[in-house]
Amino acid sequence: MSTIKVNIVTPDGPVYDSDANMVIAVTTTGELGILPGHIPMVAPLEIGAVRLNKGSSTERVAVSGGFLEVRPDQVTILAQSAELAEDIDTARAIEAKKRAEERLQQKQGDLDAKRAELALRRAMNRLDVAKGKI
Amino acid sequence: MASLREIQSRINSTKKTSQITKAMHMVSASKLSKAELNAKSFNPYMEKIQEVIGAIASGAPDATHPMLESRPVKKTAYLVITSDRGLVGAYNSHVLKAALGKIRERHTSKDEVVILSIGRNGVDFFNKLGYNVVQSVIGVSDHPTFAEIKDITREAVGKFIDGEYDELYMYYNHFVSAISQEVTEKKVLPLSDISSMKSTASYEFEPSAEAILEVLLPQYAESLMYGAVLDGKASEHASSMTAMKAATDNAMELIDDLTLSFNRARQAAITQEITEIVGGVAALE
Repeated sequence: MSTIKVNIVTPDGPVYDSDANMVIAVTTTGELGILPGHIPMVAPLEIGAVRLNKGSSTERVAVSGGFLEVRPDQVTILAQSAELAEDIDTARAIEAKKRAEERLQQKQGDLDAKRAELALRRAMNRLDVAKGKI
Repeated sequence: MASLREIQSRINSTKKTSQITKAMHMVSASKLSKAELNAKSFNPYMEKIQEVIGAIASGAPDATHPMLESRPVKKTAYLVITSDRGLVGAYNSHVLKAALGKIRERHTSKDEVVILSIGRNGVDFFNKLGYNVVQSVIGVSDHPTFAEIKDITREAVGKFIDGEYDELYMYYNHFVSAISQEVTEKKVLPLSDISSMKSTASYEFEPSAEAILEVLLPQYAESLMYGAVLDGKASEHASSMTAMKAATDNAMELIDDLTLSFNRARQAAITQEITEIVGGVAALE
């Protein structure tokens, strides 16, 4: 089965660099599966999980936004933060989730509420990815 | 001439100082090499973003975004990157002087200026002068992660989009080499230089070039700022290293001088004792 090179890069350095048979990411317009030989494309990502299918196993990476660049032989994901499922610190994610929920309940202005909501979504995404739910 | 004991105690204290500065020199040197590595691991990210922006600029030149448009300037923001602590030579004074010079040259009133500051020195400096410091980050670690400065960069971009200011400049020390750092001014917003980024790749944009710019441009502007912080940190460590090296050298020179006068004083004391003994013997005869 042919493979495609996958790079996940954040400002703090590369997070993932390997080959996969298929990359599945959540873009703003919906889920997208990329196989080797895809036409060059750029798409923005949602806060969500990127799944990398490799043979029979699947690796999951939690990404918070960013975008995806596809070339026939390579997929590059550029996100402000990305974590492999096994690297996620669940305790910290739970903590972040609690904080975001508290802030949401206090409701100080639209901007804060929006930010808290995003923080909550990021925290929940990390928890889900860590548990392998998505 | 000072007494022997006085000179001896000055030698001792100078020696202790030199030990401290020497240790700080070595600490800065190791931090510098780490900071250079950090800057290196950031590069691929930046290059990739520039490449994609270049592809959009050349592939869909009509795509527009508020962050690309120059508008009449009523208020200008300055992001100044300094260090939290001193002992870094002229690192802070250079960047602050350059920023203040430009601000005074461009603006007649302090109301036209808002300051964003990373580093305690910048915050204190502009507060004392009565400028409006709207946001600051203090306590950035020696090897900053993106998460540490995410809040200030996000805010900086958000306030520009909301129209609170119409331009954003950035001042930091660019790391040239371990002995040379250069104060750099960079215009972050509006992003005016993207049409000059050429890219050979052409892409399909999903769903549209505009939607991608929406995600990409804030990410790019924030990365520019993060890049400057990393660059500034490398400069800070380099500057601190040079300053501590100079301090150690000066201490060594001082110790040499003091040792010389210590020996002279000792010799003088011996000569005097001999003269006294000889004089005493002569008096007895």
